[in-house]
Amino acid sequence: MADLSKDTLLDMYRNMVVIRRLEEKSAELYQQGLIGGFLHLYIGQEATGVGAVWALGEDDHVITAYRDHGIAVSIGIEPKYILAEMMGKTTGVSKGKGGSMHLADKDKHFWGGYAIVGGHLPLATGLALRARYKDENFAVLCLMGDGSTNIGYFHESLNMSAVWDLPVVWMIENNQYGMGTAVDRASGETELVKRAVGYGMKEGPRVDGMDVLAVYDATKEALEYAKKNGPILMESLTYRFVGHSMGDPERYRTKEEVHEYQEGDPIRIFGDKLIGEHKVTQEQLDVFDREARDLINEAVEFATNSPNPEFDDLFVDIYS
Amino acid sequence: MAMKTLIEAISEAMDEEMARDERVFITGEDVGPRGGVFRATMGLIDKYGAGRVVDSPLAELSIIAIGIGAAMAGLRPICEIQFADFIHPAMNQIINEAAKMYYRSDGQWPVPMVIRAPYGGGIGGGLYHSQSLEAIFAHVPGLKIVVPSNPYDAKGLLKSAVRDPNPVMFFETKKGYRLIKGEVPEDGDYTVPIGPVNVLREGDDLTVYAYGIMAYYTWQAAEQVADEDGIECEVVDIRTLLPLDREGILESFKKTGKALIVYEDNLTMGYGAEIAAVLSDDGFEYMDGPIKRLAGPDVPGVPFSHPIQEAFMPNPKKIAAAIRDLAGY
Repeated sequence: MADLSKDTLLDMYRNMVVIRRLEEKSAELYQQGLIGGFLHLYIGQEATGVGAVWALGEDDHVITAYRDHGIAVSIGIEPKYILAEMMGKTTGVSKGKGGSMHLADKDKHFWGGYAIVGGHLPLATGLALRARYKDENFAVLCLMGDGSTNIGYFHESLNMSAVWDLPVVWMIENNQYGMGTAVDRASGETELVKRAVGYGMKEGPRVDGMDVLAVYDATKEALEYAKKNGPILMESLTYRFVGHSMGDPERYRTKEEVHEYQEGDPIRIFGDKLIGEHKVTQEQLDVFDREARDLINEAVEFATNSPNPEFDDLFVDIYS
Repeated sequence: MAMKTLIEAISEAMDEEMARDERVFITGEDVGPRGGVFRATMGLIDKYGAGRVVDSPLAELSIIAIGIGAAMAGLRPICEIQFADFIHPAMNQIINEAAKMYYRSDGQWPVPMVIRAPYGGGIGGGLYHSQSLEAIFAHVPGLKIVVPSNPYDAKGLLKSAVRDPNPVMFFETKKGYRLIKGEVPEDGDYTVPIGPVNVLREGDDLTVYAYGIMAYYTWQAAEQVADEDGIECEVVDIRTLLPLDREGILESFKKTGKALIVYEDNLTMGYGAEIAAVLSDDGFEYMDGPIKRLAGPDVPGVPFSHPIQEAFMPNPKKIAAAIRDLAGY
């Protein structure tokens, strides 16, 4: 069980709330036409991102797919730089070139979100290769959606990480739908962690992805295992409360199903736990919520007042 | 005739071909109940069942490779790649298998399949949802490459593609899906042949060659310069990039002697170079000015941020300016 100070627990809670408020605001800005393109929200999955990222040690690395806002916030990128990126401003994390799906911060060992499903998995293998090559003690946490487990990258990446004993934690954020296709309509074996067996890899747990501390504990353990022994495959069972992206008519699931999962909102569950077991008051949690709203409003202001890129910016960073 | 959007015309073509030929089936990501990410296959699963509108796992390599195998076995697959940008995992299947199969089997194994892929920028999709990849595939004999610019052609060409005994890559402008409207016959089966170019607008001063949404933009620009400057452009819609209608391309050039080639893909090593080569090889006697290209700049991707996305994209204004420049030569 996680041995975390009360302050740390409160910070994790804050982190989850900031993600939720960021995502709600992003949706609003999208509807106002201030964010364009495609927008994939993390609402419902906060416990997975926060639990997993908080388990990382200082030297560990993380890489993820396109649903990356929650990971970016958890790794410590300030929301204002995230929102600026989503709004295409020069103050954004990639100066507006990437947008919502390609957030990154190398200094924080966050190697980014990737829009091509599964495309980042072999990159995680490569990042982890360094640890063995230079005899360094770190692990790579590679988050991916359940959809990415059926593309060839998955097979090649997991196999090679096993053959070379690379320190990778392959974590499937199983939100039960690859876009609109349910796991059992896309995967012969729906207990996705079982695939580890075929690669001679450690089969990790299927953790309750709505319980931030459960995710934290399981990831911590997996990272330790990976550093000592090699790769491990684990699943975080979660659910997105909103569509795959903005404008998803969600014909593939019922409203009742979504409501049922919303009953188990990961932020509320953690809040109740803090109140019940850690003598935190509802008033304190409400303060965090207000602070998060203020933070996001300031971020919107920052992003709104930031300059747009100009024509010449098209030609920056083509060659090193 | 009825006014339809480009995507409605594409949906109708698939619907009618499925009704006509029970060998025709569709596979791709979320093509079933969700109707495809752009809704091109909306409702088809209700009409033809999950056996003929098949949701695939997220696996582009297999979507296309299964199509190749099924086509070899006598079916008529339409494989949907959600965004052209996602097609790269299937490069081996397209270039090494689909394109070569008939040739390597001494004509015994045709591959009658269609690969549909939305291409192009202008919708804020960013680096991995905006690419134009036609030139890469147009370098591969054995494939046919079609890029329609209007609903009438899209429907007629897609029907031809389904009936064609070869692998046809059908690139659809996603920006134009709902933007471009045009008349499509209400009933009655029609096809548009794969191969010949189409003159969208006649004119004597110069010829502009384009395809896909750039043909649509070029037509708009041509109307504008005719109104404002009295410049009469002939607009030639290439439509089929491979095999290339060299005669059709030359015909207009013989009349005007000046050519501008417009495409959205990166300029260098792009499709415009091939058109320019055709004009230079066989049209030198008629040449009355430099052959000019207007294309996307040579940067690795279409960036996300709106101002630099627009800086990337050719548009009617930029095309009109290029027309004026060339007309003044």
